[in-house]
Amino acid sequence: MAEHVIHMPCNEEQIRELKAGDTVILEDWLYGIRDATQIHMFDKGRKTKFDLNGHAVIHTAPNVKKVPKSNFCPAGYESVCIGTTTSQRMERFTRPLMQEYGVRMVIGKGGLGEDSRAAFKEFGGIYLAIIGGTAALETTWIEQITDVDLEDLNPECLWEFKIKGFGPLLVAMDAHGGSLYDGVKKTAEDRRAEALASMGVSS
Amino acid sequence: MKLDLAAVEETAKHLYIQALKILPPDIKDGFKRLDATETDPTAKSILATMIKNIDVAEDTTNLLCQDTGIPIYNILIGRGVEVDGHALKEAIRKGCERATTEHPLRSSVVHPITRVNEQTSCGIKVPVITIDFSDKDEFFEMEMIPKGSGSENGSFLKMCIPAEGVAGIKTFVVDKVMEVGGRVCPPTIVGVGVGGTSDLCTKLAKKAGARPLGSVCDDPEGAKLEKELSAAVNMLGIGPQGLGGDSTAFAVHVETAATHITMNPVAVNIMCHSARRARATFTPKGVEIGF
Repeated sequence: MAEHVIHMPCNEEQIRELKAGDTVILEDWLYGIRDATQIHMFDKGRKTKFDLNGHAVIHTAPNVKKVPKSNFCPAGYESVCIGTTTSQRMERFTRPLMQEYGVRMVIGKGGLGEDSRAAFKEFGGIYLAIIGGTAALETTWIEQITDVDLEDLNPECLWEFKIKGFGPLLVAMDAHGGSLYDGVKKTAEDRRAEALASMGVSS
Repeated sequence: MKLDLAAVEETAKHLYIQALKILPPDIKDGFKRLDATETDPTAKSILATMIKNIDVAEDTTNLLCQDTGIPIYNILIGRGVEVDGHALKEAIRKGCERATTEHPLRSSVVHPITRVNEQTSCGIKVPVITIDFSDKDEFFEMEMIPKGSGSENGSFLKMCIPAEGVAGIKTFVVDKVMEVGGRVCPPTIVGVGVGGTSDLCTKLAKKAGARPLGSVCDDPEGAKLEKELSAAVNMLGIGPQGLGGDSTAFAVHVETAATHITMNPVAVNIMCHSARRARATFTPKGVEIGF
């Protein structure tokens, strides 16, 4: 299980080197994206001004404070608490994010589905699992909110973050079809009968 | 005792913010217990990060989780309490709104059809306010729960039939815990409602999921069931964040209600590991804030 530090943006070769079970620390740039952001980008025809090619997106909708624009807060937002939401709801957007925008990494919690697995394999992408519900810690890895797009969707805008030592994150789905969730699912299925039997239920 | 509505508003604001920042002691103890017994190395490191996050949130007075949830206020009114019910609900709503705009907090609440966010954490019938009554004299209690969406999306109801028996209930709970896997941010408290009507059953599941760890169902049959289910779901190996391990749930909690001869309803409502809760009691002695 190798440990990697990756400066963003990254390329396909770097992604293909990563294997499920490795850990990654990201540096420099990260983009925050959410349900409404992607519904507007892929169902309602809106485009983002950001170049997401080779970048990582995190499933988030942060707590922010609106402040006057300054060198430290160029977008007019100060971070209050930035965390991660459940990824599965946004399953159908992984493919267009990669195909249309060249996104290489999706960060979230709880894992993604079969179409994402196929898209990661086809285009060279990975899913990085962060620990959900640990936003106070995650916030300390974010230096500033540098820019924002689709701002009317607040808090579900497309956020640009400057990051430092963002992680460790776990490679939970890699670009070779590997997924840590497969093993867990199989274990649970194998143990289901035993769990029910412990309560006197036959399956 | 005449209820001071200005104090109610202030408390509604305070409890929302406190609940988002400080976990109750029973949940912290629950983490210690899981950490002591967990055998999977990945699961152990995830639990350690969760425990670290609790400390970071308190040290930086920040929110534990970015999800400010759907605000829920559970009100319990004792005997001899004088209050204008409508004004009480308005005061709670105002406090909730002020927590959001003054802290500030992310408003996670939108109109269900237009998806418009008023940026106040309020909307039609939200905050959710439930009101019940107690036989305690001169007593008023406000419990605040910011219910996170990751776990609230792990809510299910099945109108089992009597022929499916308790086995149907047990199977449903185990299968739903398997189905949601890591999406509900385990380790969780699995709230289970058994009996009642469909709406009461769902309400019981919500109540069960929000109960403090270590508490036991008042109904001995429910207590027996929650013990069995707690052991069973932790045999599945789903683990923290669904990445494997022993610690799938802190506990399964069950609440029961009588039901119809032709019915056998079961509901599941899950509480994530950030099992946030804050409580205030109003008595003639003053307002006491806790969990």
